[in-house]
Amino acid sequence: MAKSEALVLDFWASPFAMRVKIALEEKGVEYETRHEDDLLGNKSELLLKSNPIHNKVPVLLHGDKPVCESLVILSYIDDEWPQPPFLPSSPYDRSVARFWADYVDKKLFEAGGEIWRAQGEATEAGKKELFEVLKNLEGTLGENDYFGGETFGFLDIVIIPLTSWFYAYECLGGFKIEEEFPKLSTWIKRCLQRQSVAKVLPEPVKLLEFVRMIRKMHGLE
Amino acid sequence: MAREKGVVLLDFWVSPFGQRVRIALAEKGVDYEYKEQDLFNKSEHLLKSNPVYKKIPVLLHDGKPICESLIIVQYIDEVWSDKAPLLPDEPLARANARFWADFIDKKVYECGTRLWKLKGEEQEAAKKEFVEIFKLLQGELGDRKFFGGETFGFLDLALVPFVAWFYAYETFAKFSMDEECPKIVAWAKRCMERESVSKTLSDPNKVYEFVLFLKEKFGVEY
Repeated sequence: MAKSEALVLDFWASPFAMRVKIALEEKGVEYETRHEDDLLGNKSELLLKSNPIHNKVPVLLHGDKPVCESLVILSYIDDEWPQPPFLPSSPYDRSVARFWADYVDKKLFEAGGEIWRAQGEATEAGKKELFEVLKNLEGTLGENDYFGGETFGFLDIVIIPLTSWFYAYECLGGFKIEEEFPKLSTWIKRCLQRQSVAKVLPEPVKLLEFVRMIRKMHGLE
Repeated sequence: MAREKGVVLLDFWVSPFGQRVRIALAEKGVDYEYKEQDLFNKSEHLLKSNPVYKKIPVLLHDGKPICESLIIVQYIDEVWSDKAPLLPDEPLARANARFWADFIDKKVYECGTRLWKLKGEEQEAAKKEFVEIFKLLQGELGDRKFFGGETFGFLDLALVPFVAWFYAYETFAKFSMDEECPKIVAWAKRCMERESVSKTLSDPNKVYEFVLFLKEKFGVEY
């Protein structure tokens, strides 16, 4: 059996780890995953050794060299396996893609977290913030098929995994993404038709179950 | 509407994030117009150029805005690629530089702010954390001349503006970076030998005065 080129230290629900797996699939790189029981605090020796600073997944091990932080990993994958390129070719367009990727990392998961990690007023505040973020993202998408323009690229890979959590947000926040953000919804469906995305993204209902489990653990339901 | 040609930087004199951009432009020998911003009374130009965060620095290149200091620096590196490369060529080295720059962004300024905003036990905790952050960076530097190896690069530029804040932090939290992280202090001195750095970094006394001003306006976020 051929040895895989790459190993991903993974957690099935982590949208950050999903980015890495989608990226490797898109580049046609053979990889293995090792599941970390991150949530329950059972971190493997390999994880602690490979990511001593943050102790978090995802970590990409290429040969035995670790790369940490999902956006750094995506750039590394794009540098190391240049075809097909994730980032646009013009420096300005690249800076725009990086800007929105950074924005998503600062805002989207956090806003979603406010919805499911809370109740009542806090959830409402989270919903309001999520809507603002999604409005900005829809504005960036515009009339394009993808955030990358005509082709699936860096920013699409950055955002699409987070959408697997949308069903959980919808159920707990009492709204429907399709009604509020139709353009984004169409983009999500378009991305789900890609083999890499369909293979990597978990079923949204599983993420709802996961979120409900955590809520129970914290006495929220 | 015709776009204004050339390079314009919207910035605030003491901002370490703005200084990263200024150092990058100096390293590349790029001519630009510097426009000092009043952060307590933000201009239409700034609000229009960075509607998402309304923050400096913003680089405008032929009228098109680029925001977020590390993103701006990468843009500068890619556009003016003929001189003084900032990021290394090799993918793993690039990833390493980006990882540590991200670490600096997540940790240094926020922890530094707690050093002068807080008192007592909370300040002691912040001090311990600050020293830990720099000990990690010191470990990453090792025995090299710069974070970039033999040459000054992306990671050096990402960190060096914060050195001007050491005096203020040391004075308020009562510690010495020279004692705690001597290799970092030595590295900072080497960076200051570069004109791009020495001409850009704020005078530590002026930073101290600025922090005093912020302390009086406690709670005002800069």
